Amino acid sequence: MTALPEKTEKKLGLAIDLDTCVGCHACVISCKEWNTSNYGAPLSDMDAYGAEPMGTFLNRVHSFEAKQPDHNAQTIHFPKSCLHCEDAPCVTVCPTGASYKRVEDGIVLVNEDSCIGCGLCAWACPYGARELDKAEGVMKKCTLCVDRIYNENIPEIDRIPACVRTCPAGARHFGDFNDPESNVSILSAERGGLELMPEQGTKPVNRYLPPRPKTDVSGEGKIDILAPYLEPMKEEATGFLGWLDKALEKI
Amino acid sequence: MHPAPSVIIFTSLSGLGFGLMFFLGFGLPEVKGWTAFWFFFIAYAMSVGGLLASTLHLGNPQRALKAFSQWRTSWLSREGVAAVLSLLVMAAYAIGLIFFDTSLQLVGWAGAILSLITVYTTSKIYNQLKTVPRWNMPLTPALFLTYSLAGGALLAGQVSTAAVMLLVLTVLQLAAWQMGDKAFSNAGHTIETATGLGNLGKVRMLESPHSSPNYLMKEMVHIVGRKHSMKLRIIATILMGLAPAAILLLLPFSHALALAAVVSHVIGLFASRWLFFAEAEHVVGLYYDKR
Repeated sequence: MTALPEKTEKKLGLAIDLDTCVGCHACVISCKEWNTSNYGAPLSDMDAYGAEPMGTFLNRVHSFEAKQPDHNAQTIHFPKSCLHCEDAPCVTVCPTGASYKRVEDGIVLVNEDSCIGCGLCAWACPYGARELDKAEGVMKKCTLCVDRIYNENIPEIDRIPACVRTCPAGARHFGDFNDPESNVSILSAERGGLELMPEQGTKPVNRYLPPRPKTDVSGEGKIDILAPYLEPMKEEATGFLGWLDKALEKI
Repeated sequence: MHPAPSVIIFTSLSGLGFGLMFFLGFGLPEVKGWTAFWFFFIAYAMSVGGLLASTLHLGNPQRALKAFSQWRTSWLSREGVAAVLSLLVMAAYAIGLIFFDTSLQLVGWAGAILSLITVYTTSKIYNQLKTVPRWNMPLTPALFLTYSLAGGALLAGQVSTAAVMLLVLTVLQLAAWQMGDKAFSNAGHTIETATGLGNLGKVRMLESPHSSPNYLMKEMVHIVGRKHSMKLRIIATILMGLAPAAILLLLPFSHALALAAVVSHVIGLFASRWLFFAEAEHVVGLYYDKR
């Protein structure tokens, strides 16, 4: 069971736009809310109101800064969840067969009834996409909201992963990377969608759309057209307050 | 990686236990009756004790039997299967020696080979992980096997074999540290490849995704365990290799000295196993701008 399928019919995944992500963490919260009450064990929190609150999350937003010498630094918000790799190392290391990759759509899932919580799959994942739930002792990971995308009991507009549905910036896109005409395939082709850590050989399905080039105002001879308006104004009091100010200065 | 006591005890003790079984399986030393009982008792206590310790870190140990099912793909599963097979085959050989004064030599050889295969599968659990470059090098299985053979020879009282193996082990261990220190950068993983943002310049973390450490950081970005790396390397080298080898080679043999050599080796082994985990840098640390 933990053998990977040679190929999958669909390659469902996410295209995440690093240009438009504003780092609001709405996808983190939306993911936690949906997944704590649906597929599998809830996502527990430990010491939620204490000094060191910890919890299980399937999606996290990192924030990075990239800087070239003599240029202004650029901030990039970086959402990270399971990339549903084609060559998923987390699946083959599993001793019980709890981890598997679905032939029909390529989603990587954990059958929690078989998971012994050894943690080896989390060790095998280069992306930190798997977290062991401390309360249940089973491995949790992104299911690509498998219980939403095929769910006929919810309106059609909601049949996408919770993180995609909630993103106020439209930075997350869901679709089939096996279909060259799909929204995600077109976006990835147009924007040069990136694989994370390609040298690990995991062949991730999810793609990251790199930030678009920014107007550079930091080099020599380049003037920020807003700069004159932003210079601090000298403020001097007039009228009675001006007289009072001067009088008090003289004392 | 987090140097959890359960995995340190598991890999150290089961390695020693199966190493001892390897020598017992080849009739080194030739033992019978009560002597055989005590030798096999020590071998089983260590290997089974180590295996039981490994179940302590499981989230749901009650389902541990399922771990025998995926031997086609999973080294952890293969390790479980190989361990049980070795223990069963060696049990037949041990019963023959202890109760019937009979040496089932073929069974012993089979058990010895299986014991060594078990140690190899243990090493592969760690060695297979591309995410930990320090483990992902051919020296890792060689090191585990040599640890097992040197410790096994020592426990089996094979004085000259043990002395030579201990010296070989010391050289291998020093080489593993030397090569391991370069493994991460040689593998080419950087925060730039992790984020794909390298073309924008030098990348650093601006803000962590969470205010407290999470499971990933506690388990895989365990930097605090490396605090005394250099001192522990020296202590481990002396205690697990040089000191017991010197005792065996330079001093006249006595049981008290042999015991001292064993104790020294085991303490050194624990120190080096601590470092094996604590010094192992997981690539996920790059997303936290840490190693």
